[in-house]
Amino acid sequence: MLKTLKILYHQGKQYIPDLTKAKVPGIFRGRPEISLEQVDVKALADICPTDAIMPDPVRIDLGRCTFCGECSRLYPGKIRFTTDYRLSTNDRKMLIISEGAVDPIRLNPDLIRKEIHKIFSGSLKLRQVSAAGDNSCELELNACGNVNFDMGRYGIEFVASPRHADGIVITGPISRNMSEPLQMTYDATPSPKIIILAGTDAISGGIFESSSAIDRRFIENNHIDLYVPGNPVHPLTFINGLLDLLGITR
Amino acid sequence: MNLLTINNHQSVPFSTIPELNYDLFFELNISLTTNHPERHCVLYFGYMENRQIHLICCIADDLQHNILISSTIVKCDAVLNSFSAKNLTFEKFEREIHENFGIAYSDHPWLKPVRYAQNRSDKSLTMHNYPFFNIESEELHEVGVGPVHAGIIEPGHFRFVCNGEQILHLEIQLGYQHRGIEQLFLEKTKLIQRTTLAESIAGDSVVGHTTAFAYLLECLNGTVPTPGTIYSRTIAQELERIAIHTGGLSGICTDVAYQLGSSVFGRLRTPVINFFQEWCGNRLAKGLIRAGYNPYPFDEALADRLNKILNAFEPDFLEMNRELSRLPSSLSRFERTGTLTYEQLLSIGAVGMSARMNALNRDIRISHPYGLYNELNHNPVIKHHGDVYSRVQIRREEVIQSISYIRHLLNKLPEEEKVQDQPLTFNPDSFAISLTEGWRGEICHAAVTGKNGELKIYKVKDPSFHNWLALALAVRNNEISDFPVCNKSFDLSYCGHDL
Repeated sequence: MLKTLKILYHQGKQYIPDLTKAKVPGIFRGRPEISLEQVDVKALADICPTDAIMPDPVRIDLGRCTFCGECSRLYPGKIRFTTDYRLSTNDRKMLIISEGAVDPIRLNPDLIRKEIHKIFSGSLKLRQVSAAGDNSCELELNACGNVNFDMGRYGIEFVASPRHADGIVITGPISRNMSEPLQMTYDATPSPKIIILAGTDAISGGIFESSSAIDRRFIENNHIDLYVPGNPVHPLTFINGLLDLLGITR
Repeated sequence: MNLLTINNHQSVPFSTIPELNYDLFFELNISLTTNHPERHCVLYFGYMENRQIHLICCIADDLQHNILISSTIVKCDAVLNSFSAKNLTFEKFEREIHENFGIAYSDHPWLKPVRYAQNRSDKSLTMHNYPFFNIESEELHEVGVGPVHAGIIEPGHFRFVCNGEQILHLEIQLGYQHRGIEQLFLEKTKLIQRTTLAESIAGDSVVGHTTAFAYLLECLNGTVPTPGTIYSRTIAQELERIAIHTGGLSGICTDVAYQLGSSVFGRLRTPVINFFQEWCGNRLAKGLIRAGYNPYPFDEALADRLNKILNAFEPDFLEMNRELSRLPSSLSRFERTGTLTYEQLLSIGAVGMSARMNALNRDIRISHPYGLYNELNHNPVIKHHGDVYSRVQIRREEVIQSISYIRHLLNKLPEEEKVQDQPLTFNPDSFAISLTEGWRGEICHAAVTGKNGELKIYKVKDPSFHNWLALALAVRNNEISDFPVCNKSFDLSYCGHDL
């Protein structure tokens, strides 16, 4: 018992007191800013592995971006990734960052379904479905619940069964071989329910978009309540997105 | 000569690989591996050209530190004697060849689908009609788990045959994660696209897979990475081992309901992966390793930071491990649970941590050294009980070993280099192979180029390809309630297997 207490004492304070204002250490590729500098836009767009950069005017689609940083390495004056990790939104169009734009990415309040605040803001239980995710987003979603990020303080938790869940969090580009289990998990979740896409692969297919082993009909056929960009998603991006969706301001 | 002998990270003209008739090819590879624990098959694959199947077999020799390559050509409708009937270590490779090209084997013991690849030869085989082994008995029952599991993990289906609470047999159906990675390596021609693919093979082994990829492309290009690049890759490889092993210990504690261990190991992983972010901008090291150049050189400021992080990490890590290893409630769950013998591991060709847990010394860092492992005088951690506790101990000791390697390297910072990348072109009509030791075990990437230096074949093998069978055998005669801790103690990759 004393040894256990000693170990506890040695850990010190590990939790992040305010998850909405935490600073990420070192370099982090968060919300990009695109300057008005004149560059060869075709060459710039050609760098991107997933065609996330569109020319004339230059825009970056964070739903496709893998955050590899190649564009900013070769055109440092044109594209700069800031450490702003608040990338989540419920409006797919908000993920497209335009030249000269420096506004933060937030949710579109008009698009939040009315029942969400009322029913889920005190408690949200989520079922995670990895549909060909590469285990990086899965690791980060697990980290959301660890003692550092402690998402449970807001009543948000991952649960073991879709029957206990208020919604599903999808990672991965959705392989053909996972398309049916994904649909079954969604069907087993009681209504009202939400769908969250975590990571670039889930939002657009990412580098796998053109693969014939992928089946993205589930995304086309359902309403998406939250897009969380990242490769993988950072726990702060995920948690802040949920707080905004649920209207939690603590 | 019936064999071509090459080294790890070497490219050779494709025409130098001896082409044998199938009988000779069969005899040769069976005689190389049978009763020779120092040799095992690291890659055996096929590809179709001119309506014929080329089969290439790569046997690693751990004592001679080289790789023995041979090949044969067979017809698509051939019926062959299987290697697996003589030596079970080939079973998964032959199943893959059968699944992809429809080659029939007359005496394969277990010719079942591997991953339901989108370009498989028989499309009538689907995830729904997997031929599970079953027992006609009124006393026994079956338990099906998955593909979607209770935790936040990847999908796979486990089918148990049980007698009461005792597992008699476990069969693991995979393929849910199949994304067509090997095909995409050929379709995506930009280097950054291929690098992104390599980083996505298994997101928990980014450094291991991307390093194997980078060395492979560099040797196909005929270049050697700079000392600074090699240094960064070695540090990153050992840091990844520390981070994932620590997270693994957290998961193992979770599965025996030991909350303190779960929380402490979980939080100890955080500063290590946060260091990756400080270094390269990503907590799982995506972006850190690039073929042909070193985008984030390791400098003195990073060395100071890492030193401080490891100094703070080590005492807490050791303290938690001391407590875990004398806690009767955890030891009673770990010891003699999920056991495999040396003979079993050898017979199925286990690799990496899962082999070393019971005296089978398979570690690419010593058998086919790359990076700075020669200089580090690497000595693999070997355990002798093959149970969950051996896998816990391996993690603990490998973390301590990796810390000592990193400390040693931090005193020998490389000289500053100018970062420069050049386009990588590949030698035409060549074959190359690249092995690295990720935290799970040996990772193998191989490629064949065509006459204009374009990629004709890209093959990836994650250690999980060998080791899933180890899990299935380890749980036999255990209680089904011990399955989660057995599974976590192996911690195998679904996406690395399914590709």
